[in-house]
Amino acid sequence: MTAPLSFADLHKSYGGKEILRGVGADLAAGEILGIVGPSGVGKTTALRLLDLLDPPDRGIILFHGKAIAAGTPEALEQRRRMALIMQNPACFRASAFENVAFGLWLRGVPEEEIRGRVFAALDFVGLLESARERADLLSGGEQQRVAFARAAVLKPEVLLLDEFTANLDPANVRLLEEAILRHRRDTGCAIVVVTHNLFQAKRLADRVALLLDGRFVEVAPTPQFFEDPARPETRAFLSGEMAY
Amino acid sequence: MGWESEILQIVGISVLVAGTSTLLGSLLGIPLGALVALRPFRGRNFVRTLAFTFYGFPPVLAGLLVFLLLSNAGPLGVLGWLFTPLGMVLAQTLLVTPIVMGLTISAMMSVEKRLRETALALGADERQWRVTAVHEARIGVASAVMVGFGRAISEVGAVLIVGGNIRGHTRVLTTAIVLETAQANYVAATVYGVILFAIAFLFFAILQRIQERVFS
Repeated sequence: MTAPLSFADLHKSYGGKEILRGVGADLAAGEILGIVGPSGVGKTTALRLLDLLDPPDRGIILFHGKAIAAGTPEALEQRRRMALIMQNPACFRASAFENVAFGLWLRGVPEEEIRGRVFAALDFVGLLESARERADLLSGGEQQRVAFARAAVLKPEVLLLDEFTANLDPANVRLLEEAILRHRRDTGCAIVVVTHNLFQAKRLADRVALLLDGRFVEVAPTPQFFEDPARPETRAFLSGEMAY
Repeated sequence: MGWESEILQIVGISVLVAGTSTLLGSLLGIPLGALVALRPFRGRNFVRTLAFTFYGFPPVLAGLLVFLLLSNAGPLGVLGWLFTPLGMVLAQTLLVTPIVMGLTISAMMSVEKRLRETALALGADERQWRVTAVHEARIGVASAVMVGFGRAISEVGAVLIVGGNIRGHTRVLTTAIVLETAQANYVAATVYGVILFAIAFLFFAILQRIQERVFS
């Protein structure tokens, strides 16, 4: 079976500055890949390319072995089989129910089906009782849970998470991490987690990649990455010796 | 014609002309405003400035322009709209559209950029995002419609020139006030003024309630 997501040699520059300089990896169904690295090395840029929001300057992105480029009609179709949760996600000025239903409405899912799926998704993140409340007025942690439910309800093949628990309290972090692991178990979707929280990468990821200077310096199974890294840069990063 | 039925007729024409102008001005101004706000293009700032400039467009000048357009010698003279409610609607639509458009631009440009990213990340195409953005800015857009109606119902210069203040045909509350005041019938003028104020108050109260219940 081909990997739901593969990417190779991704390059991207903004304003003349080269952010990514040849990033690549394969992701199996049900696998969680953690991407770690210091701030500003291009982790978010990589996720935007993978979600086909921006085109790479060079490189290729394959979904089930098929190359799809951002901006093409196939890209919209493919984007609808994925979901990206951004750092500090924005909630629409609408109820939690309407926020979670948004992606389903875009896809033309019948109303009766939407109701069932949205309530199940809100229940999944413990927000069933807040279904009628304005989502943009909920607490930061609750909004983040709405954002997760809004993505999970789409049953994506590939889920992309960008610092999705940054600035949240430990209880909300735990709740969201549990929701992600349950979601993976239930749906078998491939997940990319970008985080600067090494403990989170350790808890969630099957494999971890260290992004430095626009490249993956090391991609390894999680235990190996943390216990016995192959590269000196990884050891320096993990020990906090790397100054940025 | 008794004075009650004359008042009712004036109120009816006023509401019809102002309401139709607001509807047409909104149908034109909201999509145009959305387009300007959401689609970067060369000269966008110029278009915005132009829309804002037209806020202060003198109604008598709009009236004169429409008068010249609709007069027998004008390019639209064949329509026969001069001194009719249709001509008044045209003049007021010219005044309302830039207001609705300009305020829609402001409302939509204040929609967070993050929301666009979020909508696209959830699978929206550009058209779906534009609809979402109008929905997101709905309170500001509703306010634009309210201000547009306020302009239309209280306007006097353009409707006087284009409508001619013909009794039972194109006389509206504002032109009736002008006439009664000129004839020193201050009580009648005041009555029309109170009715005008009451209509405006009722309209804004209803819209405000809708804003609170449906839009917020």
